[in-house]
Amino acid sequence: MREAVIKTDKLTKRFGEFIATNAISFEVQQGEIFGFLGANGAGKTTAMRMLCGLLIPSSGAGTVAGFDVYKQTEKIKKSIGYMSQKFSLYEDLTVLENIRFFGGIYGLSNQQLKAKSIELIHRLNLQKDKDRLVGTLPLGWKQKLSFLVAVLHSPKVVFLDEPTGGVDPVTRRQFWELIYESVENSITVFVTTHYMDEAEYCNRVSIMVDGKIEALDTPGNLKEKYGATSMDEVFYQLARGAKRGE
Amino acid sequence: MKQFLALIKKEFAHVLRDRKTLLILFGMPVVQILIFGFALTNEVKNAKVLVVDQANDIASRQIIDKLEASRYFEIEEKSNNVHEVESTFKQGQVKLAVVFPLNFHHDLLHQNSAQLQVIADASDPNTAATLTNYVNSIVQDYTTDLNRSEVMPYQVTTQVRMLYNPQLKGAHNFVPGVMALVLMLVCVMMTAVSIVKEKETRTMEILLASPFKPILVIVAKTVPYLLLSLINLVSILLLSVFVLDLPVNGSVLLLFAESTLFIITCLTIGIFISVKTSSQQVAMLISLMGMLLPTILFSGFMFPIENMPLPLQIISNAIPAKWFYIIAKAIMIKGLGFSAIWRETLILAGITLVLLMVSLKSFKIRLS
Repeated sequence: MREAVIKTDKLTKRFGEFIATNAISFEVQQGEIFGFLGANGAGKTTAMRMLCGLLIPSSGAGTVAGFDVYKQTEKIKKSIGYMSQKFSLYEDLTVLENIRFFGGIYGLSNQQLKAKSIELIHRLNLQKDKDRLVGTLPLGWKQKLSFLVAVLHSPKVVFLDEPTGGVDPVTRRQFWELIYESVENSITVFVTTHYMDEAEYCNRVSIMVDGKIEALDTPGNLKEKYGATSMDEVFYQLARGAKRGE
Repeated sequence: MKQFLALIKKEFAHVLRDRKTLLILFGMPVVQILIFGFALTNEVKNAKVLVVDQANDIASRQIIDKLEASRYFEIEEKSNNVHEVESTFKQGQVKLAVVFPLNFHHDLLHQNSAQLQVIADASDPNTAATLTNYVNSIVQDYTTDLNRSEVMPYQVTTQVRMLYNPQLKGAHNFVPGVMALVLMLVCVMMTAVSIVKEKETRTMEILLASPFKPILVIVAKTVPYLLLSLINLVSILLLSVFVLDLPVNGSVLLLFAESTLFIITCLTIGIFISVKTSSQQVAMLISLMGMLLPTILFSGFMFPIENMPLPLQIISNAIPAKWFYIIAKAIMIKGLGFSAIWRETLILAGITLVLLMVSLKSFKIRLS
């Protein structure tokens, strides 16, 4: 029996009159890859920030890794990994320094850090480049490194906010292979993306329109339900009704 | 705590990696002190003087000798034609002309008074006033010497003592000023830029999503600059003591304590700017225009605050550098202790506290 790692019930965030996220309810199971889709301005980022403990919701309920999104944000932060748009490493630090730093701020011991960084560098074949400044690496490498750094402390959930912006399909494919490997280690992946081929890689996807979740199911079921041949069509059918633009 | 150390270590790595900026940060105070110490000075030295000596007698020659012997003047030209005065001024070569009329010595002896004309180029009013004062006092000196043998019936003589700075050296004024300037520049600008940079590269989000308290993220950012500023302070003081011969008369410890307070003030301003802006350029511009300029204008180190119109005097009270400048001068030059500067210290601490609270509040608003 798998348990729900993320649970929300009518989670809402208002900014003044504007309702960024309107009563969204869903559950994400442990070890699942959950795609969180929606056009720009649909409220994805706001929802994600509430789940990461960066924003306090206006109403509704939610737990992440068993912790309350209102009161236990510090504990949530300890049990999640977060990778923001594109990549999020320090360009003026070396590969190794970045790994050590992010491991360090999550409280890994020196021994753990050493073992983990050797493992990570090996996994990405960066042995020769471990002392290179991250700024000099190709974007695809940075993103892969960034993902592995986000899961370095073995979090229960990792949140990926449009992690593959601007890279070629081959690198994106490799990136997703890394994600699959992590799921085998029972990490739950919560990912937002604009690429519909990536949506197909997810176990389940939700599609947000104007702050509400309009659809939530496996990619296969969604395609059947909307009589579409691809996720692209499904998304287009749902999102063209959106009133909020950029 | 270990996590916090990891954060600080990373901040140092950023600062140390950027060699060029580091060089500028450490080089700047040295260059400023040397420039202010040797090149830029408002003391008047070796001003060029045109002497028109129509008398050419013993009295005029003695006065000319005295002028020449002083370090303020350099006799550029001697002439006996009054009409040359105007053309020489027009060429801009000389700052001052001294004209001795015919029969100068004779008048002095027989009519008990002689006239000496001093013409100054007042297109630079400060220099003109300073130079004519110097001439006056030299001539005064000469008359006193003449009358030494005779006792004058009624006489008031002024006894002038220049307290704290008997040689009227400019260094007394500018070293505390440069200290304020450098600390301001390093702390405000560098802190603001480095925090905003994290916002721009989106790494700030990662830090905020980590188990850290946001305030610690910010505090860690300021630590390297606090240390850097203290190093700068040491180098400024070493330079002023050993190169400019300006001793620290008061307690060095007190000076460092007060400087640390001022550094914290500046770091807080840096944080405030970084909270309010979202690009490095804007942060830099605001730091330069919004902080550096008022510091130069209103700290009292270049322009005396007492001479400003009242509204500007009131504005100057809000400039932290003004208070630090007063404190630093009191300790370094006058050798005063804490009892003399507690009021200024309190004001500075108050400004810091208000800034800290305002920036923490706006930081929280940004988060929610």
